[in-house]
Amino acid sequence: MFLKTITFAGAFALLGSTAIANCGISSGNVSILSNDFPAIQAVTAEAAKCAGNGVTVESNLTKDHKDIMVAALTANPSQYSSVIVSNSTLVTLMNDGLVQSLDDLVAKHGAGLNKSQLITVDGKVMAVAFMANAQHLFTRTDILEKAGIKEIPGTYEDVLAAAEAIRSAGLMEYPVALNTKAGWNLGEEFVNMYMGTGAELFTSGTAEVSINNDHGVATLNMLKKLVAYSNPDFLTYDSNATQAEWEAGNLALAAMWGSRGGAVLDGEGSADGVSSNTVLTAAPTWGNDARPASTLWWDGIGISTNVSDADAEATFIAMMNGISSDMVKANNDAAVWLIEGYEASAASAGVAGTAANGAAPYPMLPFMGTLHGALGGEISDFLQGTESAEQALADVEAAYTTAAKEKGFLK
Amino acid sequence: MKNRTFFWFILPSLITMLLFIALPIVSVVVQSLHIEHEAVLNEVENCGPFGCKKELVIDVEETAKLKDDRPLGKFNGLGTYTNRNHLAFTEIRQAWQLSDGVADFVSKSLNLPFYRALAFTLTYTFVVTPLVLMFGFLIALGVNSLPKYIKGPTIFVSLLPMIVTPLIGSLILFWMIDAQGIIGSILQQIFDDPNLSLKASPLLTWIMLMVYGVWHSSPFAFIVFYAGLQTVPSDTIEAAMIDGASRWERTKYVVLPHLMPLTMFILLIQLMDNFRVFEPIVGFSAQANATSLSWIIYNDISNNEDQFFGSAGATSVLTIIGVSILLIPVLIRTWRDFNRKVV
Repeated sequence: MFLKTITFAGAFALLGSTAIANCGISSGNVSILSNDFPAIQAVTAEAAKCAGNGVTVESNLTKDHKDIMVAALTANPSQYSSVIVSNSTLVTLMNDGLVQSLDDLVAKHGAGLNKSQLITVDGKVMAVAFMANAQHLFTRTDILEKAGIKEIPGTYEDVLAAAEAIRSAGLMEYPVALNTKAGWNLGEEFVNMYMGTGAELFTSGTAEVSINNDHGVATLNMLKKLVAYSNPDFLTYDSNATQAEWEAGNLALAAMWGSRGGAVLDGEGSADGVSSNTVLTAAPTWGNDARPASTLWWDGIGISTNVSDADAEATFIAMMNGISSDMVKANNDAAVWLIEGYEASAASAGVAGTAANGAAPYPMLPFMGTLHGALGGEISDFLQGTESAEQALADVEAAYTTAAKEKGFLK
Repeated sequence: MKNRTFFWFILPSLITMLLFIALPIVSVVVQSLHIEHEAVLNEVENCGPFGCKKELVIDVEETAKLKDDRPLGKFNGLGTYTNRNHLAFTEIRQAWQLSDGVADFVSKSLNLPFYRALAFTLTYTFVVTPLVLMFGFLIALGVNSLPKYIKGPTIFVSLLPMIVTPLIGSLILFWMIDAQGIIGSILQQIFDDPNLSLKASPLLTWIMLMVYGVWHSSPFAFIVFYAGLQTVPSDTIEAAMIDGASRWERTKYVVLPHLMPLTMFILLIQLMDNFRVFEPIVGFSAQANATSLSWIIYNDISNNEDQFFGSAGATSVLTIIGVSILLIPVLIRTWRDFNRKVV
């Protein structure tokens, strides 16, 4: 799994071309670029059933989709007719005008969609979301019980207390894990924790960053307290690493992605007693309890600007087929689907709870990626104890401002 | 060879060098002098599964007009080179004025991404290069004195670290040095410290990366030296033996001088390669503790949501300048040797 994240070549998969066309498309080329995880595999496999009778459906599922999507969609005609986007990648594509408005297509073929699935920007539908994701708390109830903790922690203060109880009971030296690998993951942890304060990342209506304040300092200090209960290797921990540690039974409290829930709970690859005692709950709050310390993400369908109208329509119909209720029925536990017919399960409790408690969505701002990059690179010094929180935040601000100037977001 | 014949002889490689080396470098230089146009931002309402919010978006049409006008972006001169994420002139000047002493100044400078990367890159280059030369030579001497029938297999095994792709090699080691990996847990037992982690402290990470570098590059030096050893004239060696030279003296006064041109060649290649250290940092997930110039370039164009071509271009040009500075002493020496031989 770890290999996958850094393999430069994406796996190129040609999906079924012999199935009978039953989606109501007579011709057209459908090609999908997307990230690679089980829920998306289910969607693209279902969409591929539309192939045949003059319709081709191809898909390229790769962890490195972010690196190729701009170049692939800038070409005219575009290399892919559809990209599976999220809060952050949709913005990157919109920055260059590479995805088209779906208003007409939704009106014509989107009858079965929930209104909440439509991602609208300035009134125009730019993407159709099909699943939600968020980082939230995974708890090992058996370990907590042994340490004398009755309730699953609802705040990060409780998480710290529980971690201390587990450590002092001699059950685990490092019971806590977050996805704290330096870079994107660490940046995401800061954003999650900072969102928990209720404060905004930017001065409203501008690209000026506003994290260099008391909220920022408190956020960093909370992260540092948590990683004190994490394995000293925490700066190398990405999702694959934390999932493996969890399944090996080395962790008792972790903030991990909801999309890992199904895999953790299925018992496959887990040590004895791990899956059966794992409970997924909403992301904790902390400090002033403003909102859960997490960001909500969605994954959805975007259609390239640089494709013919016929291909765009064929693609949209095929993708609607991909996110049909039938697909959801067959893959109910693979994700927290936003689609009609989805039934909540133990694997979705964390994401659903996080959303219900009012967590903020990951900001769809053109300059958010730039800040995220600056955060991921600059706060590890503080967590290692070689720099003060104020200095780390000043570094983030300086790195962001420099990068944002290069991008034209700031003068 | 006549000049004319020579010209036609090298023309094909000259053209490919122009197309695939010179032109891309020119393009990188040009890009490093530009930044993106000022983004035209509009505030609009975004809605999704989690509610609606007023947020800024880029006005694509207005921005496209600017781009059509000047596709390269806004000319920024050397602005990207001197900004905080590169040479950071302003920040360095401030650090100099505000710091209490040299140590404080150095620590303030190393807080800047470029200088932090440069510090690791230079340390890596100057530690790994001599060690590679030394180990390569020692292995070559050792293998050369082996009986013939085990020479072949030994050479093959010694070359393995170089055959393994750097990224894969570093990943394998990364797992082995994990606290639960074979090397990691053995080290914990040897030092009797259950919390010892090679990935956690900057110093140990640096040492680990350098050990990896030596492990990976020594076979290259070894095979070149080994080839060189086959050309050492046996009559000179025999003469030295008759004069009563010990094995050490024969190596020092006959073999080493004979291999000097090869040493220069390996030094040249290794200085260049090590200055561009990159894969182990990715493989070892070491970016929190060690970054290199090449890693910064990678980070600018491929690690995040955004791509910073100007930044990446500037760092590339600075890397080229760095390599040139490193190679000048070696090149001067080679040039002198060459002239001496001609005369």
